[in-house]
Amino acid sequence: EKTKSNLFGKITKAVAGKSTVDDEVLDELESILISSDVGLDTTVKIIDRIEQRVRRDKYVTTKELNELLRDEIVQLLAEHNTVDLEDYTLPSAAKPCIILVVGVNGVGKTTTIGKLAHQYKSQGKKVVLGAGDTFRAAAVDQLKIWSERVGCDFYSKGMQADPAAVAFETVQYAIQHNCDVAIIDTAGRLHTKINLMNELSKIRRSVSKSLDGAPHEVLLVLDATTGQNAFEQAKHFTDATDVSALALTKLDGTAKGGVAIGISDQFKVPIKYIGVGEGITQLQIFNKRAFVESLFEGEL
Amino acid sequence: MFDSLSERLEGAFKTLKGESKLTELNIAQSVKEIRRALVAADVNYKIAKEFTDTVKDKALGQENVLNAVKPGQLMVKIVNDELVDLMGGTVTDIDIKGKPAVILIAGLQGSGKTTFSGKLAYHLKGNRRKSPLLVACDVYRPAAINQLSVIGEQINVPVYKEMDNQNPVEIALKGIAHAQAHGHDVVIVDTAGRLSIDEKMMEEISNVKEAIQPNETLFVVDAMTGQDAVNTAKSFNDRINYDGVVLTKLDGDTRGGAALSIKYTVGKPIKFVSMGEKMETLDVFHPDRMASRILGMGDIISFVEKA
Ligand SMILES: Nc1nc2c(ncn2[C@@H]2O[C@H](COP(=O)(O)OP(=O)(O)OP(=O)(O)O)[C@@H](O)[C@H]2O)c(=O)[nH]1
Ligand SMILES: Nc1nc2c(ncn2[C@@H]2O[C@H](COP(=O)(O)OP(=O)(O)OP(=O)(O)O)[C@@H](O)[C@H]2O)c(=O)[nH]1
Ligand SMILES: [Mg+2]
Ligand SMILES: [Mg+2]
Repeated sequence: EKTKSNLFGKITKAVAGKSTVDDEVLDELESILISSDVGLDTTVKIIDRIEQRVRRDKYVTTKELNELLRDEIVQLLAEHNTVDLEDYTLPSAAKPCIILVVGVNGVGKTTTIGKLAHQYKSQGKKVVLGAGDTFRAAAVDQLKIWSERVGCDFYSKGMQADPAAVAFETVQYAIQHNCDVAIIDTAGRLHTKINLMNELSKIRRSVSKSLDGAPHEVLLVLDATTGQNAFEQAKHFTDATDVSALALTKLDGTAKGGVAIGISDQFKVPIKYIGVGEGITQLQIFNKRAFVESLFEGEL
Repeated sequence: MFDSLSERLEGAFKTLKGESKLTELNIAQSVKEIRRALVAADVNYKIAKEFTDTVKDKALGQENVLNAVKPGQLMVKIVNDELVDLMGGTVTDIDIKGKPAVILIAGLQGSGKTTFSGKLAYHLKGNRRKSPLLVACDVYRPAAINQLSVIGEQINVPVYKEMDNQNPVEIALKGIAHAQAHGHDVVIVDTAGRLSIDEKMMEEISNVKEAIQPNETLFVVDAMTGQDAVNTAKSFNDRINYDGVVLTKLDGDTRGGAALSIKYTVGKPIKFVSMGEKMETLDVFHPDRMASRILGMGDIISFVEKA
């Protein structure tokens, strides 16, 4: 809180009552955004918008500035599909609705699946989790424990099984058992590993073969502590699997996850969920305004 | 990011091309671009500024070096040397003396601690002829103990675990006693991932450290970490005063600017780099390689050749 007001104090002092934004202000703004991992390109974009606004509105008061800053970033997110959800509605009315979860190693895919399943289950939906990570040590066990916590169905072919086959059969299981939703876990993989990315495309195709129109959602999980490399992640996962939504995890830590703004902007993919802890209920629906507020909070 | 980074650097040095010496003006221009490149590589923005200020001073000190070297090359050399210098220092080996030597592993969630614990055990066993014991102190994450057990089986290293014990301090102490009784000369203690602002969990890890008095405490950090690397590295260091840093997931295409930020902030050596999911993908840290990586040295070299 203290740092926040100091920062705004500085910015405000430099900008209030002026019709142009001077370098000092821009430097301050730049440092807030950069230190939240927003990245240079997006920061420049945001600053340009602020400059235009200030020029247009001519005279900016202290109070107006705080709002203006937030507005512009919220606006940027809104322009590119990030519509805050009302609740945990399924991404499609199709039954079963199939969700494929992808991302690099250790970002929180399996945990996010557990949390999301809990939300659907709480709405009385029938959920099955598919253990498509057959590679990482004890990955199947981990997802199984989550399914037990949630109290939902679980489909696995054990470790070392072909993940595309697991994905195919999870969908079949969901059809046969009248599930509302199937969420398929995949092994973490770095986007630079071509073989593993091809495997992911194959998993996706296998889901489509199993059910026409599926997957209804490909959820890319990003870790809020990740810096500019998240752009590369988004690019390659989008190429391989047509990512349709983002989840941003570990926002309960000190990292701000600002890189997600640029990603949402550049790839026109909405940020849907945020992870705020390791517990089953610690998933939230992404709220643009709250997220933007948090960029300007706390220490720099 | 790669393209724009190389373009930026190229742009930076282009301003020096064709000029016969470093001048205040061309130094200032290129320094600004270098700073941007560092930030794009995830170096903390404040550190990038301090770093480039130093570079600037060094470059200004060489204003009078005439045609001997091209100014572009001279600038590259100054930046690179400074970066290697910062990240290098004397690289100390890990301390594995003691009966048994105890190594404590700590870090954020998902950074690669459990995988690294296995890799370190594999390395000590294979290359240093040690007889390691892995101790499973993550009592929180679903299947964490299983994960370590599976890794232990893969590399043929025993794992000490207590399925029903929720107290990491006790498990760690009993693990060490077990190692003594069974002739293991190194104990590697894997712990749960934790956030630096999670007071209860930070208290736990400092209690573990206090109780087991490790020879070596290693902080494991994901090389893809952005600006937050500084906060986390500092908070963990304030609490557990670790001896070294492990950078993981360097097998990707991250520039790894976090390495510079951490070294700059806490001054602790980076002791290992982890470059894959397989057990043999562990390497010691090479400051010069890391410098090239952060700067995109390939780009610079090709530029210098063109110059
Ligand atoms: N603090 C915090 N920790 C989280 C969050 N989401 C996940 N984690 C933790 O991050 C670690 C990794 O989570 P996983 O769900 O296993 O990640 P993953 O992407 O499935 O990992 P791989 O399958 O190994 O690639 C675990 O310790 C989780 O408890 C979050 O929102 N906040
Ligand atoms: N590509 C790559 N993956 C790695 C590396 N190190 C670890 N991983 C993967 O990263 C993910 C997380 O690794 P873990 O060892 O489970 O991480 P952790 O720090 O123990 O996680 P928590 O116990 O949940 O905090 C797993 O999928 C690992 O296989 C590495 O150097 N390269
Ligand atoms: Mg997983
Ligand atoms: Mg672990």
